[in-house]
Amino acid sequence: MLKMIVCMKQVPMVSDLPWDPITGTLTRGAAEGMMNPACKHALEAALLLKEKHDGHITAITMGPPSAEEILREAIALGADRCLMVSDPKMAGADTLATSFTLARAIEIFCPDFDLILCGCHTSDSETAQVGPQLSEELDIPSIASVESLELREKTLRITRVSDHFLETLEMDLPGLVTIATGRFIPRYASMAGLGDAFQDPGILTVGARDLGLDEHDVGLKGSATRILDIFTPVGRKENIVLTGAPKKIVEELFERFDDAIGSVIRKDLKAEK
Amino acid sequence: MAEKKHSIWVFGDYRNYFQNRVTLQLLSRANDLAKMIDAEVCATVFGHEVDEWVGEYIAHGASKVYVCDHPALTFYSTDIYVVLMERLVRQYGPEIILVGATSFGREFAPRLAKRLKTGLTADCVGLDINDEGLLVQTAPAFGGSLLTRIVTPEKRPQMATVRPGVFQEIPHNYQAAGEIVNVPLPDDLPGDRIRLVSSERQAAREQKLGDASVVVCGGRGMGSRKKFRNLYELARVLGGEVGATRPVVYAKWADEDALVGQADKHISPKVLFSFGISGAIQHTAGIKNAGFIIAVNKNPNAAMMKMADVAIVADAGQVCTALIRELKKRIRS
Repeated sequence: MLKMIVCMKQVPMVSDLPWDPITGTLTRGAAEGMMNPACKHALEAALLLKEKHDGHITAITMGPPSAEEILREAIALGADRCLMVSDPKMAGADTLATSFTLARAIEIFCPDFDLILCGCHTSDSETAQVGPQLSEELDIPSIASVESLELREKTLRITRVSDHFLETLEMDLPGLVTIATGRFIPRYASMAGLGDAFQDPGILTVGARDLGLDEHDVGLKGSATRILDIFTPVGRKENIVLTGAPKKIVEELFERFDDAIGSVIRKDLKAEK
Repeated sequence: MAEKKHSIWVFGDYRNYFQNRVTLQLLSRANDLAKMIDAEVCATVFGHEVDEWVGEYIAHGASKVYVCDHPALTFYSTDIYVVLMERLVRQYGPEIILVGATSFGREFAPRLAKRLKTGLTADCVGLDINDEGLLVQTAPAFGGSLLTRIVTPEKRPQMATVRPGVFQEIPHNYQAAGEIVNVPLPDDLPGDRIRLVSSERQAAREQKLGDASVVVCGGRGMGSRKKFRNLYELARVLGGEVGATRPVVYAKWADEDALVGQADKHISPKVLFSFGISGAIQHTAGIKNAGFIIAVNKNPNAAMMKMADVAIVADAGQVCTALIRELKKRIRS
């Protein structure tokens, strides 16, 4: 049996984000959440391995109580077991604190794993750091941005593109991979499956104390980085709106922006006089 | 010359040297920062037969280079490089480490930061020193719609990966002199938990879209595969490339090569035409470096329309056809 762990994160779906102006971190409770897209690809990769190799999948997330939804979704898609790591003390964690906390949860609640799969990055903070850092914390090998994987006994053969090199690598298990979003197209959960998953009571929720951690180890206090501020990039676009018949719009576009476009394509786009 | 108080290190990422200038760009910025905190700028080079890169880095602003040159380092290896770098850092105690945000850098730096139990900011687009002498790292979030400024107040070194193309390299200086510190390969390196089976340089094809100065991107709002094909004609007239969203690639209106979006492909055209794209974060993350954006969508409230310089509220297919016609009229050979 191939014992897998898929780490996933709930990310905000909306672009108007409620930030806490004091800590500079996201007020997660206020933003509607979804499963981070890359995590869906990681789950899909795990599901394919499960179908082929008699696998077992534990889905893990760390987040506010609302993040339970993505674990329910994971169950509907085929995960066997879920672990929810949630504690107000864990809020504001950077990648160092997050990978530390996840590692302790894995050591306690699923220590006999063969393979951990993570998405290659999240759509909110986009660091791509938690996967590699989790492997260091657990002292297991890891490979990032994997595009294909094939299991042979206790070895995983993977391919990936890294800085324009197509690499084929072999990794001994237990190990960790982060999954690139190109290849593993996520399946959809059936409505019936989703309904069942939301009735399923079996989500184990653990907090800092269950992991033997104190508040200085986790969350903002356990983080090495501090956010000074968050701002919208300067030089915001003017956002000129053009409406009407396509032909008229196109003429107006070139009347106003012939230089902006023409200078790039190196053509004179001025209308004939 | 008096001994400097601190040192700023730049990780020498020389693979794809001619396309990937990020190490040189970081050496340049490190020199600016070094003046603000009284530091010397150092580079590290790990590999086999790497004299050429050592010389390059000195010529581009490194005053000291730590070199580990050994046949065992012929191929990039995250496992080995992390161990080597950790030891050097513990020995010499740099104040700041900068790493290019290449595929390798973004895998290597987090693991190094974890071993050193220090902070790391990903994919920075700005680096500065504040009044307290801390490295202020500006990083994008949410596909570049927001920027965050991050510091590592106590832990050392302060670490950042930096996006290629943000800083300007210093011109090559043949007269520059630098100290070379040869570092022996430790004899207790970790076992081969990961083995390289093969590594092939990919054809330049992938770069075409990434390097194009004009990109015409289409989404499902183009309506049909047939109408989507018109984008190729528009791209031809403009001398640009065609990009596509994920749903379009799934629907086989465009090849996988054309996919633009997070992790798959980032593009940075000077002019971007966006047709029938709502602007899901996976897509907008891939276009955050685009210059002038012209978006066409029936829905004026689509996220893509909000981030455009010019938002055209109309049918994407019709505007595409009208654009081709108007361009052909205006472009006089």
